[in-house]
Amino acid sequence: MRHTISVLVENKFGVLARIAGLFSGRGYNIESLSVAPTLDPTVSRMTIVTSGDDRVLEQINKQLNKLIDVIKVWDVTQKEFVDRELVLVRVEVSKDKRDELFRVAERFEARIADVGERSVTLEATGDEARIEDLIRLLKPLGIREFVRSGRVAILKSEQK
Amino acid sequence: MEKTGAEILVQSLQEEGVEVLFGFPGGVVLNIYDVLFDSEIRHVLTRHEQGAAHAADGYARATGRVGVCMSTSGPGATNLVTGIATAYMDSIPIVALTGQVTTALIGGDAFQEADIVGITRPITKHSYLVKDVADLDRIVHEAFHIARTGRPGPVLVDLPKDVTSARTVHHKPQPVELRGYRPNLKGNPKQVKLAAEAIRKATRPVIYAGGGVILSGASEELIRLAELIQIPVTLTLLGLGGFPGTHELFLGMLGMHGTYAANLAVSDSDLILAIGARFDDRVTGKIEEFASNATVVHIDIDPSAISKNVQVDIPIVGDVKLVLKELLKELSGGSGQWVKVRERWLKQVRAWAEEHPLSYTPSKKKIKPQFVVEKVFELTKGEAIITTEVGQNQMWAAHYYKFNRPRSFLSSGGLGTMGYGLPAAIGAQMGCPDRRVIDIAGDGSIQMNIQELCTAVQYRLPVKVVILNNQFLGMVRQWQEIFYHQRYSQSCLATAPNFQKVAEAFGAKGYTLTHPDQVEPALKEALASDETCVLDFHVDREENVYPMVPPGHSIRDMLLGRGKKEVEKKVSIADRDKITG
Repeated sequence: MRHTISVLVENKFGVLARIAGLFSGRGYNIESLSVAPTLDPTVSRMTIVTSGDDRVLEQINKQLNKLIDVIKVWDVTQKEFVDRELVLVRVEVSKDKRDELFRVAERFEARIADVGERSVTLEATGDEARIEDLIRLLKPLGIREFVRSGRVAILKSEQK
Repeated sequence: MEKTGAEILVQSLQEEGVEVLFGFPGGVVLNIYDVLFDSEIRHVLTRHEQGAAHAADGYARATGRVGVCMSTSGPGATNLVTGIATAYMDSIPIVALTGQVTTALIGGDAFQEADIVGITRPITKHSYLVKDVADLDRIVHEAFHIARTGRPGPVLVDLPKDVTSARTVHHKPQPVELRGYRPNLKGNPKQVKLAAEAIRKATRPVIYAGGGVILSGASEELIRLAELIQIPVTLTLLGLGGFPGTHELFLGMLGMHGTYAANLAVSDSDLILAIGARFDDRVTGKIEEFASNATVVHIDIDPSAISKNVQVDIPIVGDVKLVLKELLKELSGGSGQWVKVRERWLKQVRAWAEEHPLSYTPSKKKIKPQFVVEKVFELTKGEAIITTEVGQNQMWAAHYYKFNRPRSFLSSGGLGTMGYGLPAAIGAQMGCPDRRVIDIAGDGSIQMNIQELCTAVQYRLPVKVVILNNQFLGMVRQWQEIFYHQRYSQSCLATAPNFQKVAEAFGAKGYTLTHPDQVEPALKEALASDETCVLDFHVDREENVYPMVPPGHSIRDMLLGRGKKEVEKKVSIADRDKITG
């Protein structure tokens, strides 16, 4: 099963390498990972999407906690949470076909980030299913490139 | 007053109580060596950095203090790697100080540059690259704190040359505060109660204790618990000495080379009380069949050790000593009834021990390796510190020397590092000048760090090296005999140096011994000597270590000796594929 793990870490160099090394060294996989500083600039938050059975997840949790630079670990999948992903998509589409592109964009509340001679770049956020849907609809129109941020997640309320 | 980084480093080491440092100098650590020249810290110059790391490890295991080793950058640092990994696998507190090229050169493939923090990341508990001299004293204190607390382990501090020459004000040590590191020491009282209840209910309980007992100094509590509740005790390799080897409740070691009684007791038990042990594959054998009918209570300071390999029913996370104290409180009162309750189980366990005790066939013509270890035990009255190499020598030392005190058996259990024993003996002797320190070695292993004889001689360390010389990589040969149709591929060491002459060349005393009658007199003479001695015992070449559990089998399935077919199970090709080590 897939899990989203939220990790508070010391904002120091080398911390990402420790975490990435832990996952690769112990054979756990990372589907996506995003890192950014928190309100406290000495602390960063990582959101890691991984998969495994309960035993593997328990070990991931414990092994992460074992790292000196890890301050706190939550498996948010087991709580009430909101998750989002951001995607940037450049679609190469001739001017006569752009109406359809804009209709799709509107339906997904995607913003037009850039309009060029030969292509349009969309920016959209949503949970994973929504992003997948968007990509599915845009594909026939001619996706040249797309970049996903990886998932970020937040708990719905203060929880222990 | 302003000081250089090197001065601050040495002062911080002294504040941590460091008395001895094992190392080897080089370009980027010259600032530090210059300060050490006038320092009270004793520096032991090993002949290879791997020796320095193992010596620091041996010092730590023998004394309970943090061992410290130092090397220069690049090859000096990479030579420490095996020693650091050895300490990591066995949870031994060492601090490794490595020189690094000047900060401005880092990343540019400078001369003798290696990313040692990156290289050692998976084999250290934590590591630091010091970039600013202002952080140096704090980092040194954090390193020692992390190494010695919680589940101990190696910490590496990488020191660029410009950091040790830069000047700043030295700060008084502050209490270490790490928000991401607060080991839980006190066991959850509810869990302790649950464990006590399970122990009361059990009819066939066994204590399975490991290195954690020694690391937390909990031997006394372990003895009290075992005696109070009358539970038989088995120890892992690293646990030896944590419970007296001559105690009537002691079953011997368990696992791949465990005793018949220990392996059967664990297999048949209804309660396993695992204390500071981690269910290593060499202990459990086929994991699905390990103590499959038992309730498992597991006391360990490392939460990640719980349910990693074997599903635990009652976990207690905490320091072994503190938890055992609580458990003793819970269980004491109404004593006396346990002797009667346990009568049947102990009778059964003792019957197994009598049925197949550890044994070998004595010889009047050939020196049996087990006989040599027995004699070493007799002549030192079990009071020596024994280090080992890895392989048959290690198992015979574990079987035939009875350890009655903790911190007396120093052996690379987790990583299984050949070449560990001699440098570890040097470290142990530096830390315990009043004890006899003996390295029980094989002719293969001893050649891996034999250069450290020079170190032992230089510092006049009366370390004894007992070589059980069978002209084979004995354990490899044993596996080839049993699992590979006696095809002794690359395990024959018929070409070997004359160890007596090697010893003499280094300035040590050397002996060559070929007859059983020579064993006792030679050992007596060497043990009475204050010199470094090497005793080369030419032993029966094809002696095997028994019992042996074939890899992939339940620890019930033991080979008890050559030709003892009644218990010997045929090992199939499928089993051979499961061989992992």
